[in-house]
Amino acid sequence: MSDSVSAPGAGTIPGKVTPQTATRTRRRFRPKGSVVVMTLYLVFLMLPIYWLVNMSLKTNAEILSTFSLWPRDLTFANYAKILTDPSWYMGYVNSLIYVVMNTVISLAVALPAAYAFSRYSFMGDKHLFFWLLTNRMAPPAVFALPFFQLYSSVGLFDTHIAVALAHCLFNVPLAVWILEGFMRGVPKEIDETAYIDGYSFGRFFVRIFMPLISSGIGVAAFFCFMFSWVELLLSRTLTSVDAKPIAATMTRTVSASGLDWGVLAAAGVLTIVPGALVIYFVRNYIAKGFALGRV
Amino acid sequence: MNKTVNQKAWFLVLPVLLLVAFSAVIPLMTVVNYSVQDTFGNNVFYWVGLEWYKEMALSERMWNALGRQLIFSMVILAIEVPLGILVALNMPKKGFWASFCLVVMSLPLLIPWNVVGTIWQIFGRVDIGLLGYTLDALGIDYNYTQDSIAAWATVIVMDVWHWTSLVALLAYAGLQSIPDAYYQAAKIDQASRWKVFRFIELPKMAGVLMIAILLRFMDSFMIYTEPFVVTGGGPGNATTFLSIDLVKMALGQFDLGPAAAFSIMYFLVILLICWVFYTVMINLDKRDGV
Repeated sequence: MSDSVSAPGAGTIPGKVTPQTATRTRRRFRPKGSVVVMTLYLVFLMLPIYWLVNMSLKTNAEILSTFSLWPRDLTFANYAKILTDPSWYMGYVNSLIYVVMNTVISLAVALPAAYAFSRYSFMGDKHLFFWLLTNRMAPPAVFALPFFQLYSSVGLFDTHIAVALAHCLFNVPLAVWILEGFMRGVPKEIDETAYIDGYSFGRFFVRIFMPLISSGIGVAAFFCFMFSWVELLLSRTLTSVDAKPIAATMTRTVSASGLDWGVLAAAGVLTIVPGALVIYFVRNYIAKGFALGRV
Repeated sequence: MNKTVNQKAWFLVLPVLLLVAFSAVIPLMTVVNYSVQDTFGNNVFYWVGLEWYKEMALSERMWNALGRQLIFSMVILAIEVPLGILVALNMPKKGFWASFCLVVMSLPLLIPWNVVGTIWQIFGRVDIGLLGYTLDALGIDYNYTQDSIAAWATVIVMDVWHWTSLVALLAYAGLQSIPDAYYQAAKIDQASRWKVFRFIELPKMAGVLMIAILLRFMDSFMIYTEPFVVTGGGPGNATTFLSIDLVKMALGQFDLGPAAAFSIMYFLVILLICWVFYTVMINLDKRDGV
């Protein structure tokens, strides 16, 4: 925390401006090597994704008959198939429903808890904090079978809420950790002043505190969204028809229809889109989120 | 920050406690329950004590899976951490290209895990995938469904592709927090590039790198979806890691007792590593004076 405070401070010391700009221009011109490294790395990252996009725009016959670096016979039929067939696009709808549910639940319970951890010390707080972390690290494979039995026995099997609750297992701890990191950066004097001014806890929290950590809430929401979106094992185990996520739809249809690579690739591309859209807004906070609020 | 002692804060934590207890403690107790009982079907269970634990602790299958798992985790750490640091050092510091790199690098992190598997499954195929086709054209015998070395290589390259960006992003965040004054002081001292890295950048990155290493270790330790989609644990059992083996046992063969005992031991290992993680992190926090 002290780092992020001192970094902008160092940048704004008057009189240091000239040497800084000098180093910056030097730094930009010097490392041709760094451009090469970054280009190679980004190409390595993009190639498999490009290949997926490439395949999604080909007909299945072209995929199997000719090997080409770009689609010779451009077609959007694969996308059209997914977007018109309910058994395909309902997968996306189901995924989005439980992801949103999970994000809302996680944030709603994590906000007050993170506040408590960042402001007060109470009996067993350190142990509780550690126990939450262990849940973030719990292997989903261990929980797959017991979850299946638990949710079947309470009649929640194959519902969106079951998947949302199951994902809370690792998203709630994550949200608590991220939010706590952001909340530590807010001076405690603000709370005290607000209480002196006669704010009740609830009003203070919603009207003053939450706007102050809005970027933290955004990042936590993003990470809940993301982990719920990318997870497959639990969501597949807990659903069969009505709440089947897109990821599971993909695995099944592949084995059933054999080799419809074009449609498979198109479905894959469509799962990348939501992440790619939201990533732009949180790009500067991603590292902090992954570091569990500790950069 | 000085924290006030306030036992009422428990009320704020209570919702989290209830929710996580519902989704963690109840299932875990079910597992514990199964791990000490046996059944002949019809929901009739009887107590067998530590029998399953003994069986699993002596089973070659589990030790093999654990061995493969450890090798896998070590290999990907050995590749991803240096590579991530290298990428972070070479990233543009500001402006359009910095944002561009951040967005592109984050992209693999947001792809659903089985789609990551699908991407590499397609990419590595000799007939329709760019990688497989190229390797085949170069005369390299590459077939990840038959050859266990090729399968391992594919799974490792896939993981490097998927997660190196995480290490790079964290290291980059650590680098960003170094004030320019440090570099200027180093320049006055005429420190070499290596010394700047060793004595300024590396210590400043230590905290986030620790998080990166432990996150990568934990996540690779329970990797399931990606190798399952690409290789299905094969050829043979070559890429059957702990989670894959566990799911095979629990949901495939429905061997509840052994699978439960396996789960508990698996979880204890995770718990141990997690505790190390926590202790190291808290100490780093203390050192930085938070």
